[in-house]
Amino acid sequence: MSVVAPPITAREAEREPPGLLTRLHEWVVTVDHKRLGIMYVVAGLAFFLIAGLEACVIRWQLAVAENTVVSPQVFNRLFTVHGTTMVFLVGIPIVFGFANYLVPLMIGARDLAFPRLNAFGFWAFFFGGLLLYFSFLGGDGLYGAGSAPDVGWFAYAPLTARAFSPGNSTDYWNLSILVMGFGTVATSINLIATTLTMRCRGMSLGRMPLYVWMMLVVSGMAVMALPPLSAAQIMLLLDRFAGAHFFDTQAGGSAVMWQHFFWFFGHPEVYILMVPGFAMVSEIIPVFSRKVIFGYPMVVAASLAIGFLAMTVWAHHMFAVGMGAPLNSAFAASTMLIAIPTGIKIFNWVATMYGGRIRFATPMLFACAFLFQFLCAGLTGIILSVVPFNWQLTDSYFVVAHFHFVLVGSLIFTIFGAIYYWFPKVTGRLLSERLGRWHFWLFVVGFNLTFLPMHWAGMLGMPRRIYTYPADRGWDLWNLIASLGVPFQVLAVLVFLINVVISLRRGAPAGNDPWDAWTLEWAAASPPPAYNFDTVPVAASRRPLWDLKHPDDPDGPHE
Amino acid sequence: MNVMAATAAPATPSIFAPVSTPAVAIRDLSFLVLMIVTFIFVVVAGVTVYAIIRYRHRPGDDRRDPPQVYGSTQIELAWTVVPFLIVIVLFLTTTRYIFAIERPAPTRDTLEVAVVGNQWWWEIRYPQLGIVTANELHVPVSDASRPTRTFITLQSTDVIHSFWIPQLAGKTDVIPGKTNRSWIEPRTPGTYVGQCAEFCGVQHAWMLLRVTVHPRDEFDRWVAAQQAVAADGPEARAGRDVFTSVACVSCHTVRGTPANGVFGPDLTHLMSRATIGAGVAPNTPETLRGWVKDPGVLKPGARMPAMNLSGDQLDQLVAYLTTLR
Repeated sequence: MSVVAPPITAREAEREPPGLLTRLHEWVVTVDHKRLGIMYVVAGLAFFLIAGLEACVIRWQLAVAENTVVSPQVFNRLFTVHGTTMVFLVGIPIVFGFANYLVPLMIGARDLAFPRLNAFGFWAFFFGGLLLYFSFLGGDGLYGAGSAPDVGWFAYAPLTARAFSPGNSTDYWNLSILVMGFGTVATSINLIATTLTMRCRGMSLGRMPLYVWMMLVVSGMAVMALPPLSAAQIMLLLDRFAGAHFFDTQAGGSAVMWQHFFWFFGHPEVYILMVPGFAMVSEIIPVFSRKVIFGYPMVVAASLAIGFLAMTVWAHHMFAVGMGAPLNSAFAASTMLIAIPTGIKIFNWVATMYGGRIRFATPMLFACAFLFQFLCAGLTGIILSVVPFNWQLTDSYFVVAHFHFVLVGSLIFTIFGAIYYWFPKVTGRLLSERLGRWHFWLFVVGFNLTFLPMHWAGMLGMPRRIYTYPADRGWDLWNLIASLGVPFQVLAVLVFLINVVISLRRGAPAGNDPWDAWTLEWAAASPPPAYNFDTVPVAASRRPLWDLKHPDDPDGPHE
Repeated sequence: MNVMAATAAPATPSIFAPVSTPAVAIRDLSFLVLMIVTFIFVVVAGVTVYAIIRYRHRPGDDRRDPPQVYGSTQIELAWTVVPFLIVIVLFLTTTRYIFAIERPAPTRDTLEVAVVGNQWWWEIRYPQLGIVTANELHVPVSDASRPTRTFITLQSTDVIHSFWIPQLAGKTDVIPGKTNRSWIEPRTPGTYVGQCAEFCGVQHAWMLLRVTVHPRDEFDRWVAAQQAVAADGPEARAGRDVFTSVACVSCHTVRGTPANGVFGPDLTHLMSRATIGAGVAPNTPETLRGWVKDPGVLKPGARMPAMNLSGDQLDQLVAYLTTLR
């Protein structure tokens, strides 16, 4: 549907449903922020299933010592594509998909500032993702099995040089990420412009929902962090195709320079993925605790601080590179500092729950598990910032455990919570709470079974990215337990999928505001019409719907 | 040669079982760090659990919302300042350890070793002693009577590797075009295992390292044995001819023979090593035969090609190799 097309009204929807092709065509040509948001999230979830299957094979191979389920070549492709997919094809599209859908609704806007740019961003991501997966067929030509990239998701030079990575598998990695990077920057610029210029009357910056604030910070980080990666990738292209020597160590290029470029993107990227998780729980925790967020200005300030500090910590991925004691100390300092605003957020969430009346619907269950698992992730992050300790732990399974506690235990948990929370707005139907609880508990058990023992395996000296390990190292038990967690996680995701399918057809009707929430998206219909709001809303405080429901005690005077 | 006494079955390379000065320092620092984070975890998780239990919605509750609390400057100031103080303590301690480990004082006796990372094996050179070997580092113990630190220079011929023996020291990356330094000071004789810790291609998993720490006299005997040229018994002459007449010599060196290739491990004292293929198999005549026949069976993707030798040639060649003690 284009901008000038008349909105779909209820009456129109009741007419004879259009054919499959017509409907597909509508989705393909759409520039509506809600449809694009849904497309981002659905595509992201589809890639999540694929990357999850890759992880299953990885854990199968590592369940026992000297296993031979897959060859080393296949194993290396699996962890490379698993990591690349989870970061670029699952994390980014899902968090930006949510922002696409929610930011205009939360600020009372009709759409994003640049709807066509928005569609461009989605399709850049989508075709970038297809390009990555086409490498399974076309990596070395179509003769046999093909070959996917096998250089790890951070593709360290000079392993990516022609000499060590012949064929085109590395080029698939390079080009698909390059394309997706452009899409992400486009979407980020769009979100910044929308947030700064299209807020409804009364919604000053200081009254924006925390979700919008944090996505503004995330978009800012993405605009700063992604271009250096794109630049490095273009240099790599020149190295591989035009005989340049940026990273060609045989000709005086620098392997360390790639690491600086990559992590200058790569560490902000962690926050680009994780701050949207903070953004989601910052909406969920107050609503289910029935209390206003504790210390709104402090949470905003902490988000900005994270945004700035995130640009200064990149070389903490490089403590073993031999940067020298002064630089190592400097990056230890910035890394420890970023723990402070992050800690402040945890304290504010807990303080919000304190004195509340907490309802444990599924979104809140996921938010609570997030609190504990993110606490673990943050504390192992502190451990990793202690440089000498890091020399032992970096590139070991301890790091694998740490970042899975961040990206699964924290981000994926908040995403699931957010899906349960906003699904009724998007579809008009509630997800089943009973299946939701099954999903939650299976996932909590499976996740912790898989990733807790990895901390220990790493401290016992197990490096990451090995396709197998000798039997005499004492790592067997921890790896076996880790693999036994997988069936629980698989089951959890299956329950979730069943829940979605069933609830789409037979879920309880949600109404506009099933959670008794306070932000503007709950003032729109469920699902919202193409134009979002019948009348342009006005915000008199940070919680416009609270004011409506409590005319005797509005928020305004407390701000 | 009597090195087997020190070559007991290797234990789990736990970072909490250190036997060398830098690894011991890291273990001590890690206890402090683990105490701090455990304390934080207990406090924060405790308050969270309390809030979840105490303030959960109970069936009998009315539907009214609880009192709205918008914030508290004092409380928020407190939970900003306290973490800041913890960070300062942690940072100062960390910096002290960084400088202590990165800038070690030399001992009166020092051993210089050069380790060169290759896809997927380690070359080990002793420039002071004229020894070249592979995958198994031998160093003297450092004790009160004769403190000896071993300084290790790290270089790579191809991609990035990382040198890691958890019980002796933390990782140092091995980067082409850059020379890094590490050091160890082992206090207890024994065999310690580690492996490449930076993904370096197909066989990253089988790029293992063994370090044997000898008592001083045992180390001196090992040095003397390694400095000798290759054995040249008449019983293995046929195998030696096979070795020098096919492509083996393009990559391997056996000192005292025409073989002076530099792309593969030095084989002068091959049989003094406990493993072959950078730790992929124990070094026995049987595994050696299998390795020479086709390295890709034991270690798929290994750079050494199958030599397509006949059964007789293989037997002769292995008979020769087993004389390289």
